[in-house]
Amino acid sequence: MSRFSALFRTTAVRLSALYLVLFSICAAFLVFYVTGMSERLLQQQTRDAIAAEATQIEDVYDRAGISGLLRSLERRARQPGANLYVIAGPSGEILAGNVAGLEPGLLDAEGWTSEPFRYRRFTDENRADNHVAIAQVLVLDNGLRILVGRDLQEREKFRMLVRQALMVALGIMGLGALVIWFGIGRNALKRIDRMSEASTKIMAGDLSQRLPMSGSGDEFDRLSESLNAMLGRIEKLNEGLKQVSDNIAHDLKTPLTRLRNKAEAALASTEGGNQNGALEEIIAESDQLIRTFNALLMISRVEAGSAPAEMSDVDLSQIVADCVELYEPVAEESALRLEAEVAPGVEISGNRELIGQALGNLIDNAIKYAEGAENPLIRVEMKKSDHHVMLTVADHGPGVPADMRGEVVKRFVRLDTSRSKPGTGLGLSLVEAVMEMHRGAMDIAATEEDGRGLTVRMVFPAAAT
Amino acid sequence: MVTRMKILIVEDDLEAAAYLAKAFREAGIVSDHASDGESGLFMASENAYDVLVVDRMLPRRDGLSLITELRRRDVHTPVLILSALGQVDDRVTGLRAGGDDYLPKPYAFSELLARVEVLGRRKGAPEQDMVYRVGDLELDRLSHTVRRQGKEIPLQPREFRLLEYLMKNAGQVVTRTMLLENVWDYHFDPQTNVIDVHVSRLRSKIEKDFDPPLLRTIRGAGYMIKDDRAPDA
Repeated sequence: MSRFSALFRTTAVRLSALYLVLFSICAAFLVFYVTGMSERLLQQQTRDAIAAEATQIEDVYDRAGISGLLRSLERRARQPGANLYVIAGPSGEILAGNVAGLEPGLLDAEGWTSEPFRYRRFTDENRADNHVAIAQVLVLDNGLRILVGRDLQEREKFRMLVRQALMVALGIMGLGALVIWFGIGRNALKRIDRMSEASTKIMAGDLSQRLPMSGSGDEFDRLSESLNAMLGRIEKLNEGLKQVSDNIAHDLKTPLTRLRNKAEAALASTEGGNQNGALEEIIAESDQLIRTFNALLMISRVEAGSAPAEMSDVDLSQIVADCVELYEPVAEESALRLEAEVAPGVEISGNRELIGQALGNLIDNAIKYAEGAENPLIRVEMKKSDHHVMLTVADHGPGVPADMRGEVVKRFVRLDTSRSKPGTGLGLSLVEAVMEMHRGAMDIAATEEDGRGLTVRMVFPAAAT
Repeated sequence: MVTRMKILIVEDDLEAAAYLAKAFREAGIVSDHASDGESGLFMASENAYDVLVVDRMLPRRDGLSLITELRRRDVHTPVLILSALGQVDDRVTGLRAGGDDYLPKPYAFSELLARVEVLGRRKGAPEQDMVYRVGDLELDRLSHTVRRQGKEIPLQPREFRLLEYLMKNAGQVVTRTMLLENVWDYHFDPQTNVIDVHVSRLRSKIEKDFDPPLLRTIRGAGYMIKDDRAPDA
C-alpha cells in the first residue's frame, strides 16, 4: 500500500492522473455531443420522410378519393418496415390502420404531434402502449383524420449503439492510460530510488560513488550526468583541500620544531648573551610562521571570494611604477638592474593592495633568485591591447624547469628544497589567486631560449570603456 | 617625558591584557583595562585617555560598535584597533567605523608601542607646520626642499615623503610597516628589507657630509629621527 501511495506521489503519475481526468471530461462531452447531434439529425430525417409521405397521401386522396387513399395506405402498410398509418373518424375513433391503439386525444389537432407519443401494435400481447413514435395528423375535407407516423425504436437503438461504442472506446483508452502510466511511474520511481541510494552512499562519505546512468540519454541521464560532473569537481576540490592541509601540517611543523629546538637550547644555555641571541632567533622564526599564516589566510580569502576585497578602478600603471620604485633600491643592492617599461594611464577594475602585493611578490622573487646571474636585468613590462593588459616580470636567473612550472604555483612548493632562501613557498600561489580574483590569468615561461630565466605573465582583462 | 601618556586597553583576553599593561608600563605608559565592550565604552566616555587600544572581537559589545558609539558621543580619542582579522577589507571597515589605526594580530609589541605613541602625540603634532626642523635639518613642506646647515639636499619625491613622515614624528619610533603604510600606502608585508634600503639611501643623503647623525635605527623596532643635543620635546 505504501508502495502504491509512493507511486501516487511521483510527478509522472500525478500528471498522468490529471491528464486522465481532463481527457475523460472531454471524451464525455464528445459522447454526449455526438449522440445528441446524430439524434437530432435522425429526427429531422424522420420528420422529412413523414412530411413527404403526408403530401403523397394528400395527393392520392385528391386524385383518387377515399377508395384510392385506402388502397394506397393498405399497400404502404404491408411494406417491410412500414410507417404507421391510421385513418380515424372525425371524433377520433380508429377506422383502419396498422396501429392497435393510441394515446387518446392525439388526433384532435391537425399537424405534428407535439411530442413523441406512445402507441400499441397489433402484435403486442399485453394491451399497453409500449411503442414510441412521432406522427403528422391530416384532416381531410370530409372530416376524416389520417395519421402518418414513424416508430422511434430504431433511432433509440442507434443512439444506444453510438453511446455504447463511445463508452467502450473510452474505457479501453482509460485502461490503456492507466497501464502505461503505472509502467512509466514505476520505472521513474525505480530510477529515482537508485539515485537516492547512490546519494546516500555519497553523503556517508564515499565521494567516489557516482549516480547510475541508463545510457539512454534521457532527462534522468542528463540529470545524473551533470550531478556526476558536480561530484567530480567536489571530489577534486576535496582532494586539493586535503593535500593543502597535509602540506600545511608539514610546512608548519618544520619551523615549529625549529622554534621549539631553539627555545630548548636557549633554556639550556647559561650565558646571558647566548640566551638573548637565541630569543631573537625565536622571534624571527615566529615572525616567519606568522608570515606564512598570513599568506595562507590571504590566499584562501582571495580564493573564497566570500568577502571580496574591495574592487575599484585603479591606475595599474601607477601601481606598477610604485612597486618598481619600492623594490628598485633592493635590486640595486643585489647588483641587479630593475627596469620598467610601462604603458601610461592604464586603468583596470581591481584592488590596488592585492595587485601591489602580487607584483611585489614577483619582483621580490626575481631579486631573490636572479642574484648573481650573468645578466643582471629584471624587466617589468606592461602592455595594453584591446581586450587585455599584460604585465610581465622577467629575470635572467636560473628559472624553473619546464616540468616544474605547473608545480611551483602550488602552495608550499619550492624549488629550493634546501630552503636556504627565505620565503613561504606561497608567493606564486598568492599571485595566481589574485589573478583569478581579477578574472585574469597567469603563466610561467622561460625568459631565454635555452630555458633559463623566469618570466611570469599576468593577464588582466582590460576595463570596459 | 613631560607628561605620562595614559591609555585604555579594551581586551577580553586577560593574559594578553596583563602582558600589554606590563609592557606599556615599562615603556612609561600608564594603562587602564576594560574586559568587555560595554565597560570599555563607559570608561572611555568618562575618563580622558590619550589613546584607546581596542580589540575587535569583544563580549557584550564588539570593538567596531564601541568606536562608532564613542564617535557619536563626540569622544574623539584616537583609537587603535587590534584584530585577528588582518585582511585588506577588514582594515577598511575598521577605519571607516572611526578607528585611527589598525594592527592585525599577532603583532610585535614594538610595533604596537610605536603606533600608540604616534597616535598619542597626534594631538600636538605639527600638522599645520609648514617647516619641520630636527637639529640643523630643515624640511619645507611648501617648497618641497630640504636643507641642512643651510645647504639644500636634493631628494627624490619618495625620499622627501619618507623624511617628511620621519620628521613629523621626530623623537618617536617609526616602524617599517608604518613607513610602508604612510609613505607607500601599502599594507602588505614586503618580506625583504625594502624599507631598510630606502631609509639607508635617505640617510646617506642627509648625513654623509654632515654631523651629527640624526636618523637612528632602533633595533627590533624601526627608525627614529632625533637631535640628541636638543631637550626632549
